[in-house]
Amino acid sequence: MLFLAEHFVRAPQWTWYILFYFFFAGIAGGAYLVATLLRLSGDPRDEPAARIGFYIALPATLICPILLTADLGVSWIRFWHMLVNVTPGDTSLNFKYWSPMSVGVWALLVFGFFVFVSALEAWLSDRRGNALVPAIINRAFNVVGAVVAIFIASYTGVLLSVSNQPVWSDTWALGGLFLASGLSGSAALIAMLIRNRPDASFSLGRLHQADGYFSVLELALIFVFFVTVGAAGSLGRELPWLPLWAIAIAGVAGSLVEARGHMRMQAAAGSGTAAGIRLDTLVVSLLVLLGVLALRAAVIFSAQ
Amino acid sequence: MATTIKAGESYGFFTDTSICIGCKACEVACKEWNQLEGNSPNFLADSFDNTGDLDAQNWRHVKFIEQVPDQSATAGNGTAWLMMSDVCKHCAHASCMEVCPTGAIVRTEFNTVFIQQDVCNGCRNCIAACPYSVIGINQQTGTAHKCTLCYDRLQGGLEPACAKACPTQSIKFGPLAELQQAADVRLAALHSQGVSQAQLYGRDDTVYGGLNAFFLLMDKPETYGLPNASNATLPSRNDLGGYIGAAVTAVLAVVAGLVALRRRGSA
Repeated sequence: MLFLAEHFVRAPQWTWYILFYFFFAGIAGGAYLVATLLRLSGDPRDEPAARIGFYIALPATLICPILLTADLGVSWIRFWHMLVNVTPGDTSLNFKYWSPMSVGVWALLVFGFFVFVSALEAWLSDRRGNALVPAIINRAFNVVGAVVAIFIASYTGVLLSVSNQPVWSDTWALGGLFLASGLSGSAALIAMLIRNRPDASFSLGRLHQADGYFSVLELALIFVFFVTVGAAGSLGRELPWLPLWAIAIAGVAGSLVEARGHMRMQAAAGSGTAAGIRLDTLVVSLLVLLGVLALRAAVIFSAQ
Repeated sequence: MATTIKAGESYGFFTDTSICIGCKACEVACKEWNQLEGNSPNFLADSFDNTGDLDAQNWRHVKFIEQVPDQSATAGNGTAWLMMSDVCKHCAHASCMEVCPTGAIVRTEFNTVFIQQDVCNGCRNCIAACPYSVIGINQQTGTAHKCTLCYDRLQGGLEPACAKACPTQSIKFGPLAELQQAADVRLAALHSQGVSQAQLYGRDDTVYGGLNAFFLLMDKPETYGLPNASNATLPSRNDLGGYIGAAVTAVLAVVAGLVALRRRGSA
């Protein structure tokens, strides 16, 4: 029997600041994970592209607490109450494992440490011309950081689900969807920034291929999202936001087309081929990033 | 009702909607005691109600449910409007309290749910969670506001302002056990009079573990904008599913990434 959820809740008015926070959290977490994967499974010639990923993660992470604090409005000065319970007589650290917002704030703090150290290591290694830290240590550090990165890129979706809002609480797919979308966007962003770092062009084709795989995951989760929300009877709320969904789907389609092109090119010319930076990389990457933003906007605004 | 108020005992409201006349004295008393300015007058155009909703300025709100079948309760009487003085339910399992990341929402010594204004930072997670649309953000303070069940009055041994002002005793205040007993008696009386649609909402633990502010309704809960027992679910129900969904995606994504980015042959 079809279960139709009824909601009588008020919208929390999480709008632009939160939309962009979700976007940058997805990009920061995704970029760190893609960079780590490049280091783990790639060629030494993938190191420049991996460093681009670590560089992207730093500003994308730094802007997150700024956006979250701005969203608090006139109470912004109390942002630290997320970490410390200031209840008189009961002052202690705040950590509620069942509240994604509480866990997320701590995760952001921890992720900031990993991102800062990784970006600093990448920068110092770039300046020296060779790796600053032995690869084994670097990789171990990055793997731990990547676990936190996965959380950062995905928990925002879980946070929405752990509510009583229509749409958000009607599906379990948002955490995975935001992760897949963030990974796709960050792979596309790294590919786009290779324009400014020619020594990283060796990784371009495989970044597009990875973006394609992430997009397949994203597409599957968009399908799951609509099925679960439809089963709960909240699908009507998505109708006004179909243009945003169309942009998100266009981003996914762009990723898939670009990935297919590069896979064919590699099959013909060999996987070690350094693909040239072409206009299509720029256009597709921008479309993918727009899709990442549009997807989050469609989800956030459809409940409110 | 003369009640000696003691810390450590559970207190609440029993709101009997069958005798609510929609006078809104409770709203006025609440605003006056709690120094709530109220929202600017607004022509809602869809109701004789002029308050709208519970929010940061309306901690009590008399709902007018005017979309009922146009039929007389008894011959010669008018249309049977439903009226309900709505308020924070002070749930035993409170969604707002569950998600609050700052620890601002606490249970008081009277077993009521209270938002500490000096701790709240306005993140609005409680608003996303409250299934009754009770909590609002006060734009001046930037913090979440709702009914305190007149915490300050209880501490002073006084009953809440709304219950004190209610002219029909639709709003009854007292120890929870006594209120539950009174509700059972009232429901039995109505049923014996043939008012079979009367039902209690939040009296037992089927809705959020029981509500400290519970109701006698004259129609099904959904008519009043209240989730029925099957819809009364806590936000944390989605924790496990959400994280498992993310974890499975993460595993697939890492495998996909390793496959796509793997080293292939020599340079």
